[in-house]
Amino acid sequence: MHQEHAKELLWRRHLRWTAVLLLCWFGVSFGAVLLARDWRFNLFGSPFGVWIAGQGAMLVFLAIVWLHVRIGAAHDRSIADAPAGE
Amino acid sequence: MSPFDDLGPGQEQASLRRLLGFYGGLTLAFLGFVAAMVVAERMRLPKFWLGMACLLLPVLVYAAIGIMSRTAHAEEYYVAGRRIPPLFNGLAIAADWMSAASFLGLVGTVYVAGYGGLAYVMGWTGGFCLVALLIAPYLNRFGQYTVPDFLGARFDSHFPRLIGAAAAVLVSFTYVVAQLYAVGLITSRLTGLGVEVGVMVGLGGVLMCSFLGGMRAITWTQVAQCIVLLVAFILPVVWLSVKQTGVPLPHLVFGTQLQKVSQREAQIRADPREQAVSVLLREQVAAYDAKLSDVPAALAADRAEAQALLKRLQSENAPLASYQAASRGLMRLPSDADEARRIWTAARASADMRSRPLAGMTPHAQAFQGDPDGNAEERSAFELDRRNFLALMFCLMIGTAGMPHILARFYTTPSPRAARASVAWALSFISVLYLTVPVLAVLIKLEVFNVLVGTPIDRLPAWVSSWAKLHPSLLSVVDLNADGVLQLAELQIDSDIFMLITPELAGMPYAVTGIVAAGGLAAALSTADGLLLTISSALTHDVYHRVVAPTASPSRRVALSKLLLLAAAMMAANLAALRPANILFLVSAAFSLAAAGFFPALVTGIFWKRANKWGATAGIFAGLGVTTYYMFVNQPWLRSVFGIESPLMLWWGVQPVAAGVFGVPLGFAVIAAVSWLTPAPNARIDALVGRVRGTG
Repeated sequence: MHQEHAKELLWRRHLRWTAVLLLCWFGVSFGAVLLARDWRFNLFGSPFGVWIAGQGAMLVFLAIVWLHVRIGAAHDRSIADAPAGE
Repeated sequence: MSPFDDLGPGQEQASLRRLLGFYGGLTLAFLGFVAAMVVAERMRLPKFWLGMACLLLPVLVYAAIGIMSRTAHAEEYYVAGRRIPPLFNGLAIAADWMSAASFLGLVGTVYVAGYGGLAYVMGWTGGFCLVALLIAPYLNRFGQYTVPDFLGARFDSHFPRLIGAAAAVLVSFTYVVAQLYAVGLITSRLTGLGVEVGVMVGLGGVLMCSFLGGMRAITWTQVAQCIVLLVAFILPVVWLSVKQTGVPLPHLVFGTQLQKVSQREAQIRADPREQAVSVLLREQVAAYDAKLSDVPAALAADRAEAQALLKRLQSENAPLASYQAASRGLMRLPSDADEARRIWTAARASADMRSRPLAGMTPHAQAFQGDPDGNAEERSAFELDRRNFLALMFCLMIGTAGMPHILARFYTTPSPRAARASVAWALSFISVLYLTVPVLAVLIKLEVFNVLVGTPIDRLPAWVSSWAKLHPSLLSVVDLNADGVLQLAELQIDSDIFMLITPELAGMPYAVTGIVAAGGLAAALSTADGLLLTISSALTHDVYHRVVAPTASPSRRVALSKLLLLAAAMMAANLAALRPANILFLVSAAFSLAAAGFFPALVTGIFWKRANKWGATAGIFAGLGVTTYYMFVNQPWLRSVFGIESPLMLWWGVQPVAAGVFGVPLGFAVIAAVSWLTPAPNARIDALVGRVRGTG
């Protein structure tokens, strides 16, 4: 039971990380589109809302998936190191 | 011995080095090929042979790779032996993903719709976050063959498996028709052969890979195709960027070029000649309205007029040429009232669009139509446009995470870690193209505004007339106000050909057009390959093997799969040769269906142990049901095909392409409600979910 518990805790922690990354994903896509007309400043010469949708959001998506590779690998290692079940 | 063979355990590094060497060499060879084509053009090689070389030589290379990695072994055929390294799996996913629509169509969509087109750019990249975070590593741990496999095992019933297989076939088939049509378009432009012949040639290229070696052959040819399509895309963009600004990395000049576009837009709006054309177009709209109010009478009048003209020319002994022109005019009249209504409705829509300021395009630097601070009408236009942007982006993202031909890829990597890394590599390669598309749209717009608009019509570049000759629906120039100069509203360009005209627009040698076409062909073939394999494995593996004949031998299943693949390809090619009208609608609809059909069941299957077979079955049904219902009731083309007469019922003004925005939440709600009302899954399923999560 104790080992099961250790793995369950690690799984919960991994879920929290997943939720944080999903929040970033949601903010930079749906959030940025909702506010696209409200930002009234330019970045690199184009309106900020247009730049986010055409360039910025994709850079954040890339950061999210590469970060997830690292977080996931760490999670896999700690699960493997957790005391074996049964 | 080919570089794709297994070297045995412990030899992963050596195997990886050999693959890197092989594909590195291939990349250099392709760059050499590009240079050779440019030199060959200098040496006056006829365009026909140049086009043929660009189309056929790469296809021969793909076929050679396909033959080198042929297999009849089930584990290799369905999941490539589960040992594709992440970098290469990423390249293969990227090739699977970047279809003809991304390569050829997306630039045109962003050109026409401006900010509105970025819903596709964001949707088709952002979806990969969901794939990586919610699905890929878990499907990899599950370790079977197809997506319906997971639904069948997790929900312990044949029902979710069969309905999943049906959805996989439906989604993939609509998508594959679009790919084969694009193949026909490219080959006919480059060789002058008919679209039908082009479709058949492309079919040969597809079958050479997937028919012989299933997933294994597809993966290794797709890696080559991904390299070809990325080089072919980047080359003309860098060229155009250097031509306009002197900077080879176009992303850096996005803002400055966008400002120039906005300045030109203001000039064009204020140009009195554009306004004169707009008045003429509004008259055309009124004329079509009159015709459409009584189609049979208008058609009879047109026909009588054409016959009278013909008779007069005959009696006057007019020159043969004008007589022939008049008789062609008579022949070209719609044959019946239905066809007349269709043609006139389309012509009316086009004239109506072009009669508006900037030929109906939203200013490129403005997010959404209308104005949040304007009058009531402008405010509601803004609200509606923004809501539809969000709804479409939602469907494309969720649909990405439910596309069966992408998800099947995560069975082909050796570990969950490799599955995550292959999503990351895939998104990296996809971003090379998708980050460039919004920039390229701006560069092309600037080029059209500066080079074509305002130019005397008899001095337009030669490529304009060569496209117009191919088919007037692809490109047409009509001097409406007869001033001899091209106005923006007098130019019609089909959004699917923007990528193909980019090299000519930038004044590059014709050989570059050939290379871009080769890239488009690679994009279409690689996607079609993956989709056809998904269709045939859903039918042979999920329906035949798991349900009908569980004892069938592996070699028999592989043979059956090859046969079905051939049949599906033939059917798709036949449909594509008919030039179906609504390609973009079909593709986007496939995403809505994938979103509603797969996503809720997959996610609850992994993250909620309490979800059971009744919940999943009801949820898939409800999600797919409401999505298809909404499309059938509201989409004009589906309504006309199925003769639906009921009034339109748009919920919150959401367009039918984004029907998945209702199907996905409903699917989740139904899964939750029905699962709670029925018994929890047994301990065996509990253990399965634990294993998939890695905690069991």
